[in-house]
Amino acid sequence: MTTGKDEILKCLESVMDPEVPVLSIMDLGIVRDVEISLGHIEVMITPTYSGCPAMKMIQEEIISTLRAKGFNDVAVKTVYSPVWTTDWLSDKARNKLKDYGIAPPLKTGDEEFIPLIINDDNVSCPYCSSDDTVLRSRFGSTACKSLYFCNSCRQPFEYFKRF
Amino acid sequence: MNENDDKLKDEKLKTALFNYLLGLGDDLLILGHRLSEWCGHAPVIEEDIALSNIALDCLGEANAFLQYAAETEGRGRSEDDLAFFRDAIEFKNFQMVELPNGDFAFTVARQFLFSSYSFILFGELQKSRLPKLASIAAKSFKEVKYHLRHSVEWVLRLGDGTEESHYRMQHALDELWMYTGELFLDEGLDRVLIENGFVPESLKLKPLWQERVNEVISRATLLIPTEDSHMARGGRKGIHTEYLGHLLSEMQILARSYPGAKW
Repeated sequence: MTTGKDEILKCLESVMDPEVPVLSIMDLGIVRDVEISLGHIEVMITPTYSGCPAMKMIQEEIISTLRAKGFNDVAVKTVYSPVWTTDWLSDKARNKLKDYGIAPPLKTGDEEFIPLIINDDNVSCPYCSSDDTVLRSRFGSTACKSLYFCNSCRQPFEYFKRF
Repeated sequence: MNENDDKLKDEKLKTALFNYLLGLGDDLLILGHRLSEWCGHAPVIEEDIALSNIALDCLGEANAFLQYAAETEGRGRSEDDLAFFRDAIEFKNFQMVELPNGDFAFTVARQFLFSSYSFILFGELQKSRLPKLASIAAKSFKEVKYHLRHSVEWVLRLGDGTEESHYRMQHALDELWMYTGELFLDEGLDRVLIENGFVPESLKLKPLWQERVNEVISRATLLIPTEDSHMARGGRKGIHTEYLGHLLSEMQILARSYPGAKW
């Protein structure tokens, strides 16, 4: 039996991000490619953040998930180019995030980055959809999130920061 | 294989690149360690999280650069070997990053000066003719934007804040200024790297850095420290302050006590 790339990719849809457990690594766009040669499977992934502690766990999950499906000869390779961006999150993934209570990332623009101008993203509240929100901290519980507060429903919430 | 990667078969070029990557990796490794010392000690919990987040990014970036360095060296050492089994004299980081954290203003000032430098450097390194170096730089550049924005906000807030915060911020900038000179020296850097378009000339980054840094300092109602004071140098050549040895002894003790330990 020859193993198809699609079959592997399908399996990888069940590997979830340990820190945002509603998103699979396919939703996140981390999986760049799969190469199969003579029964050897190489999964190319790209890190979200350089220091993301979940990457190690994700690598192990990929290997164990594919092993459970009977693919024993699996290697995971990290590729840095092209650089991961939150623009690779699908609309389905964005909706899943919002339902989970995390505001999805705004699309990255080509706007010039000027450190002096403190331009916070205007994020809508994932609970009540109000735009009356305020940035509390640019850094949140994980590298990929910021902390916001909604002035309408008076709830703090996380924002998957655009990157 | 890219033709420029092919050039790296030349021993001289290979050694030059190895040293350059060590410099980049060491800066981030040591700074990341210093920032992680704030964990549990920052003035507010958001800041605790922010500094730990930035530390994590620095360590991730250090990991990528040191891994690339190890690969370039080709002697079977890993990024962990480079981090944990070298002595102070073999470290190539700038002296600025190894200085003790001082008060919060000192940490903020250092982060501001260093992130401003990284912002310019990684911006240029993205154009490197070495695809791997360019891609690690591109990734790091995105992260540095967040670090820079964070530190700029604090410089503005503290500089244009109370009398006490203004004084502390100014004092920190004055103290750190003598450590900014070596960022732009090209010291210990082989010219072949620049000539091949692998890395930018450090000296050329200086005006860009100055422009950005000066703008923020002025906006924060602080004074730009004068240039004619003594400038420390030698980090890239392995010359360090007394503080690096202490930092390394703490950072390396576990790996050295239990080589190859896993959990």
